[in-house]
Amino acid sequence: MPEPHHPPRLAVALDAPGVPPRHDAAHYTALARLAEHGTLDFVTLGDRFGGPGPDALAVLARIAPDTERIGLVPTVTTTHTEPFHVSTAVATLDWVSRGRAGWTVEVSTTEAEAALVGRPQVLGFARTGKDPHPAASPAEVWSEAGEVADVVGRLWDSWEDDAEIRDRATGRFVDRAKLHHVDFTGRAFSVRGPSIVPRPPQGRPVTVVDVTGETDGPDGGPSPGTGDLPHVGVPPRGGSRERGRSRELGEGARREVAAARADVALVRAEDPQTAGAARADLLARARAHGRAPGGPLVLASLPVELESSGDAAGLAALLGDWFAQGVADGFHLRLADPVRDLARFVEGTVPLLRERGLLRRSYEGTTLREHLGLPRPASIYALAREAAR
Amino acid sequence: MSPDPRPRKQIHLAAHFPGVNNTTVWADPPTGRPTTTPAGGTSPGSSLGSQIDFASFVHLARTAERGLFDFFFLAEGLRLREHKGRIHDLDVLGRPESLTVLNALAAVTERLGLAGTVSATFNEPYELARRFASLDHLSGGRAAWNIVTTSDAFTGENFRRGGYLDHADRYTRAAEFLATARALWDSGPAGGPPRRVDHSGRHFVVRGEFGVARSPQGHPVVIQAGDSAEGREFAASAADVIFTRHSGPEAGRAFYADVKRRLPAYGRRPEDLKIMPGVTFVLGDTLAEAQERAVEIRRQQVSPQTALLTLEQVWGVDLSSYDPDGPLPDIDPDPHGELAQGRVRIADPQAVADRWRALSRAKGLSIRETVIETTGRQSFVGTPDSVAREMDHFVQSDAADGFILVPHLTPDGLDPFVERVVPLLQERGVHRTEYTGTTLRSHLGLPDPARPARKD
Ligand SMILES: Cc1cc2nc3c(=O)[nH]c(=O)nc-3n(C[C@H](O)[C@H](O)[C@H](O)COP(=O)(O)O)c2cc1C
Repeated sequence: MPEPHHPPRLAVALDAPGVPPRHDAAHYTALARLAEHGTLDFVTLGDRFGGPGPDALAVLARIAPDTERIGLVPTVTTTHTEPFHVSTAVATLDWVSRGRAGWTVEVSTTEAEAALVGRPQVLGFARTGKDPHPAASPAEVWSEAGEVADVVGRLWDSWEDDAEIRDRATGRFVDRAKLHHVDFTGRAFSVRGPSIVPRPPQGRPVTVVDVTGETDGPDGGPSPGTGDLPHVGVPPRGGSRERGRSRELGEGARREVAAARADVALVRAEDPQTAGAARADLLARARAHGRAPGGPLVLASLPVELESSGDAAGLAALLGDWFAQGVADGFHLRLADPVRDLARFVEGTVPLLRERGLLRRSYEGTTLREHLGLPRPASIYALAREAAR
Repeated sequence: MSPDPRPRKQIHLAAHFPGVNNTTVWADPPTGRPTTTPAGGTSPGSSLGSQIDFASFVHLARTAERGLFDFFFLAEGLRLREHKGRIHDLDVLGRPESLTVLNALAAVTERLGLAGTVSATFNEPYELARRFASLDHLSGGRAAWNIVTTSDAFTGENFRRGGYLDHADRYTRAAEFLATARALWDSGPAGGPPRRVDHSGRHFVVRGEFGVARSPQGHPVVIQAGDSAEGREFAASAADVIFTRHSGPEAGRAFYADVKRRLPAYGRRPEDLKIMPGVTFVLGDTLAEAQERAVEIRRQQVSPQTALLTLEQVWGVDLSSYDPDGPLPDIDPDPHGELAQGRVRIADPQAVADRWRALSRAKGLSIRETVIETTGRQSFVGTPDSVAREMDHFVQSDAADGFILVPHLTPDGLDPFVERVVPLLQERGVHRTEYTGTTLRSHLGLPDPARPARKD
């Protein structure tokens, strides 16, 4: 059971399949401010290696100074990206938002994405690592994504919180005993460390894994068209096909990474049973990884289309109902039309949730971890040093 | 003086966020100037500002915009430097990832260009083309990319690809990297459907579509930092700005002439590439006061520990038993000594050691005084009026097109320059009194990149 005292966590996606991506900051700022007005925990912005649209982390960095409390969670793909860059970019998002950053780990499995980084044997390049595998199996790339999430966390920890000392007497700016090489060796890459970025405000920005993944269109991109999206609570047409495809997309491997490393897992579900079963499975896997008690917060990720204010009220009832059944720790809403649906949600659903005590009326904390009720983790290196004393 | 027949050149100005090296002063002198205010901010003159809090970046960027600067600039270093196998701990350390900070700064500035240094060695063309196009969109056409060519295997240890390139390969890779990025920027849909890019070269094979729409500047401004002949040639062929080390007027003029001479071969005009050395400054109400302050800053930059470490970088051996206030070592440098990692290697340590010992003997200088004397002088020291005059002369005499100012205090080291020198440059008619354009290209007077016609 989710802890009864914490109301459901609430997040909303700023992007939607089939809606062409916007390139202007004002669009995203307006949406994020609206979500902040609704006192949601965080917004997500999807991304894929190869676009389309602007880089998601860049967009959320751009709107960070224009918002104050809302958590900012871009998708960051790991397959063709340097783990070191992923770590510094997300840490920096946490710095510029003063502790409101997270990231959704995603992979690239298609030939089309691999072709964008196709590299021949580079002359004169003394390699220590292997190339990212083109169009590899989901299980393989997810296992590597797990390693990336691991080393990213270690790099965040590689500066202990109090490493900076500015000690004039000895002329030392940092206490180097509190800076650590991470010396991570994965199956396909290695990273020496430490990070170049001091430990971010949240210690570790929030790591999110979507355990179901997108229902990919034929070219590996999101499937076009919003016509097929269900009204909330109604099973989608072709729902079983979606589930079948999810397995192909490495759902088991996604769940393993989420169970081992995620703070938040997103489970795409159209009925409470599916969500509840996925949650139970994730928590069992997390226990097997030695995360008991604990494990990720599991948010049911729901497709939502609010065609009328009646739908907005219906959604409040549905969220309350699912939450009462204990099938999820909260919800991630995938809006069919973010501009229209978020306005309806904040206007119609938010007040009802507040009335029922299911949503804060104002933010108490300032960081995303505080919103979610997640503690700020100590650096693993600080803990090891403590233990060795 | 006979009147110059040419119109006066406008001075281009950029603000460098203080670096992670000993140029940046992080400890107030023991005499104590005002430090932290109760609100947590820093009061003017304090050197205790954070090098990582976003507020510091906002402060410097807004100061630069108040001074109508062309752009704000961030350097990059992808591995913490080490000395004797341990992390170097004497200088300011720790900085954010450039592009993420610049995107955030786009929200708190309106016209200021936003330049980030990103290595061509440890990235791929597709991802960087997309990230810079994103910044250009999100800032309304203010993005710039300082493309550097990191070379060392030491830095490579942080990366999947690892490794390093030798000097010549670094620039061929950088040139192909940039050409590929430009092909991607040119392919972005501007209303129409995306075009396919099909690049196959020595360093990269990139096939596919670029999903980012054509950005406001078409191509972000490209800066090149590297002084060698290869670096100059690369800049002449492909860059909009060259960020160079500062040297005196004569060496500056020689560099300037050399670089501009290379442009016609690429069908470019002299004004298509701006030459901007990185410079420091110290101001005072009188020249004597400025000079005194400059000496004080040098003492802060070169602590006793930093003096010994600087010496060890030349000698290549442990010198920790020497007294920084005593004489230089009699022993000769070890040409194979490898104490410092992540720094530029000194080409001829024996020659440097001989020069420093001669200077020390001639002037009776200690180790610390010798290091202070021989390294990192301030570029412009004087009253606001004399500094404005010198800078103007430097530009009008074709030793530069402008400057990248490197303050030695975070975050308010630029404030005095903007308050006291900028108005004088404006009076001289060599600095804008308002922004006339919205993009960085327009601030720099650069042409819009030509877009190749559709072939299909
Ligand atoms: C003024 C200046 C600034 C530089 N800034 C950076 C930097 O921020 N990050 C980096 O990795 N390299 C930087 N470099 C290094 C150059 O990219 C290049 O690797 C180095 O200068 C050696 O190349 P060269 O022999 O052509 O000068 C800088 C070089 C110069 C001259």
